[in-house]
Amino acid sequence: MHEGVPSVAVWRGKFGVPQAERLLWRAGFGPRPGEAQKLARLGLEGAVHKLTHPGREHLVGHAPHDENGRPLAPYDAWGEDHVWWLDRMVRTSRPLVERMALIWHDWFATSNNGVGSQRLMLNQNELFRHKGLGSFHELLLDVTKDPAMLLWLNGSDNSKYSPNENYAREMMELFTLGADRGYTENDVRQNARALTGFRNSWSQNLGPVKFHYDPDSHDPGRKTIFHRHGRFTWKDSCRLCVTHPDHASFFVQKLWSYFVPEAPDHATQRALERLYTSSKYEVRPVVAAILRHPELYKGPRLVKPPVVYNAGLLRRIRRGIDTTAWTWLDSMAGQQLFYPPNVAGWDDTRWLDTATWRGRWWIAEYVVDRQALDPGKAHQPYDAKKLLDHACEFWHNPPLGRDTRHALHTFAHRALADAKGADWKREQYPVMVQNALRHLIAVSPELQAA
Amino acid sequence: MTRPCNHCDGLSRSRLLHRALAEAGRGLPAIEPGMPLPAGTGLTRRRFLAGGLGAAVAVYGGSRLGLGAFQEGIAAAASAPAAPILVSIFLEGGADGLSVLSPQGDPLYKKLRPKLALAGGTALAEDDRLYWHPALDGLQQLYSEQKVTVLPAVGYTHADQSHFTSRHYWEVGATEASLRTGWLGRYLDRVGKKDNPLQGLSLDDTLAPALATAKVPVASISGADQYDFYSKQVWGQVEERMLEAIGLMGHQPADAGLRTAGNVEVQVDRLRRQLIPFQSSNGKPSYTSPVAYPKSDDPFPQRLASLAAMLAAGLPLHCVALTAPGEYDTHADEPTALAQGLQLTSDSLLAFQRDLEARGLANRVLVHIWSEFGRRAAENGDSGTDHGAAGTGFLVGTRVAGKMVGEFPGLQKGLDNDGNLSATSDFRGVYAALLEQWLGVDAAAVIPKAASFSRPKLVA
Repeated sequence: MHEGVPSVAVWRGKFGVPQAERLLWRAGFGPRPGEAQKLARLGLEGAVHKLTHPGREHLVGHAPHDENGRPLAPYDAWGEDHVWWLDRMVRTSRPLVERMALIWHDWFATSNNGVGSQRLMLNQNELFRHKGLGSFHELLLDVTKDPAMLLWLNGSDNSKYSPNENYAREMMELFTLGADRGYTENDVRQNARALTGFRNSWSQNLGPVKFHYDPDSHDPGRKTIFHRHGRFTWKDSCRLCVTHPDHASFFVQKLWSYFVPEAPDHATQRALERLYTSSKYEVRPVVAAILRHPELYKGPRLVKPPVVYNAGLLRRIRRGIDTTAWTWLDSMAGQQLFYPPNVAGWDDTRWLDTATWRGRWWIAEYVVDRQALDPGKAHQPYDAKKLLDHACEFWHNPPLGRDTRHALHTFAHRALADAKGADWKREQYPVMVQNALRHLIAVSPELQAA
Repeated sequence: MTRPCNHCDGLSRSRLLHRALAEAGRGLPAIEPGMPLPAGTGLTRRRFLAGGLGAAVAVYGGSRLGLGAFQEGIAAAASAPAAPILVSIFLEGGADGLSVLSPQGDPLYKKLRPKLALAGGTALAEDDRLYWHPALDGLQQLYSEQKVTVLPAVGYTHADQSHFTSRHYWEVGATEASLRTGWLGRYLDRVGKKDNPLQGLSLDDTLAPALATAKVPVASISGADQYDFYSKQVWGQVEERMLEAIGLMGHQPADAGLRTAGNVEVQVDRLRRQLIPFQSSNGKPSYTSPVAYPKSDDPFPQRLASLAAMLAAGLPLHCVALTAPGEYDTHADEPTALAQGLQLTSDSLLAFQRDLEARGLANRVLVHIWSEFGRRAAENGDSGTDHGAAGTGFLVGTRVAGKMVGEFPGLQKGLDNDGNLSATSDFRGVYAALLEQWLGVDAAAVIPKAASFSRPKLVA
């Protein structure tokens, strides 16, 4: 820690299984059975260190395949890019690395709708995986010259002959400073000139190829950006944005919002900004400080993004990727990976509506249906409480609140009461109630928000 | 050098996804095999006449679920004043306005369209340079009855030629890239109710961005009979009880995050109950229509039929959005693709209008038809056309003013530097006029910079 940097508040309360479980949801995709217990034993410092310094990745469980047992073709087959990444989320030993990749995918939101190449999208995804906890300055440099981004925001259309402001504008508005914060329309135009020089060719068969920097396409003239003058290039653009006095506050506020639903108080915001600038724009220490912050543990729950919800259900029952249905199911729930709705990314404050909630219902249905019990063959106790306990055990006892348990118990009780007076119902209804409880737990508020 | 059109690859992929979603929906078993129905399960099916409106609807399930909610909905609608209905229909891909209404009377038309030029047909009464596409005979029929307003060159200046960007502008009602609420969504945020998701309804696989709200709930269903909640090996009375539990779990006072999830569960529960009368059995709709709709694999005619039935049943709908059938991104082999899409769209709309008239609902409904842009005036080398600027729009209904909005600018003077048709009416002015003349609110509160757009007279 650098001298003179005010420290960020740290959670001093109990760090037990519930806190470890919450941490695993915010910094990853939820626990596999037993993982929250293991993490709790490390204590808060140990747990955060383990997540932020995960070491080499090893993948747990079988390799992903489609419904016919064939390996995935993420570069080529439509929708298999989505399940390929979902598989990494499910099987990874480095959940924070994948979660950070998801955050950067939303932050630098690039859609294959505009790129038209799953290979280029997955290359960008690899960048987010490798550099996601490193220097934001370096990440910004790499994103600026990333082929998918060059296509998406017309970076390789931007030349001294015909300037294109698309990337120059979003770089400030969405990636580093925030709308109308510390820049002018003239800064956008001048920044576009500094960013000229990237080119690519087009091949009839391969599409966009040969991404390169062509000094002849670059505008070498003098530019004025943020009141500074010089013969700026794209590297200067990145440096000027990251060192802009309004960048750190934007960065901290945006990064925080991915982990904690309510904005940080003033002291926390300032302390995180100082931590960020004094570490020369390193992401890892800021994330670690957020993961240790009291608000993460005592504040309200955060609604899970659809893919986090989906990956989390699969992790909970140790199921790997054995179908590509998750692509359209997650899309129904409002999130198809590599297809954010626009350059501003997904609206992380509004994941749930009547249509996307139904998408989650169907995700849960596809997760549980392989193990649905046959009412004609299986046996379950004619006892609402026991049925509910069994269903909770199926999910390895997720922490359900009193209101949800009461609603589920009411359901089971009423459904069993309907069975009175008919022997076949007394046999079959408890089995159906068991199937229904498993499904209902999966869509309960506690499993949607953690 | 021909440059591959990335945006169009993306467009066809997004259509693929929609198809996959629709397929997936069809593949789901409606009824669990072996389900003892109806004997022994208590599941019953009853038919009702809805509130004297003449719509026969079937209610499935016991009184606990269906009948109560059904009657509640009818009662609420009967007690509320009948709101005007706005239906938005989107021709996805950029429909070729110069074929929709072909300027056969313009001397440059045949030069710009040596292969694609249409010949003959019926000229527009208001401008004899323009001829109806033969596939639009249904719309032309309604036009002759003064039930159609034509916008021959609608759009905005400096049209963006990306499908996604231009569509986004139309959906949000402004040329602002980062606006997240739709223009109808912002309207509903002002006048809508906290407990009626049907007030903004997408009859589609996903919510139309135009309906995206910040405050009040809206809904997306792929058909009135498509808001289903299946659970394997759960059926009959247990299934009914299970679905009730969705709403039971919604009461979450303790935590803001849980409350968000819980509130949506309450809305889901309400919407599901509102739509119970429209559940289908054996793939057949549970309502009857007074007119015949076109038969097609495309869900569009059936969605319009279900929309009329929902309105007749008094469901509290207000703003509705649908995507028209057909492929309009006609970079190649335009004639066949365009004619097919236009024919089904126009035939379905004619049936919908006759349906509304037969049910006595026609004065309550106004249909707005739009596309994200028109296409280049000059054809390309593949018997197709590339992305353009202004396009053709229509308003349909018994209450439309019926007078052309903005003139056809002509191919001599009416093209911009890129060879695209210039707009003679602005889509934001159209929205402002719809808000003020049809929905009865001040457009300034909904459309950014509304004051800068002139309002055409759209409603008689």
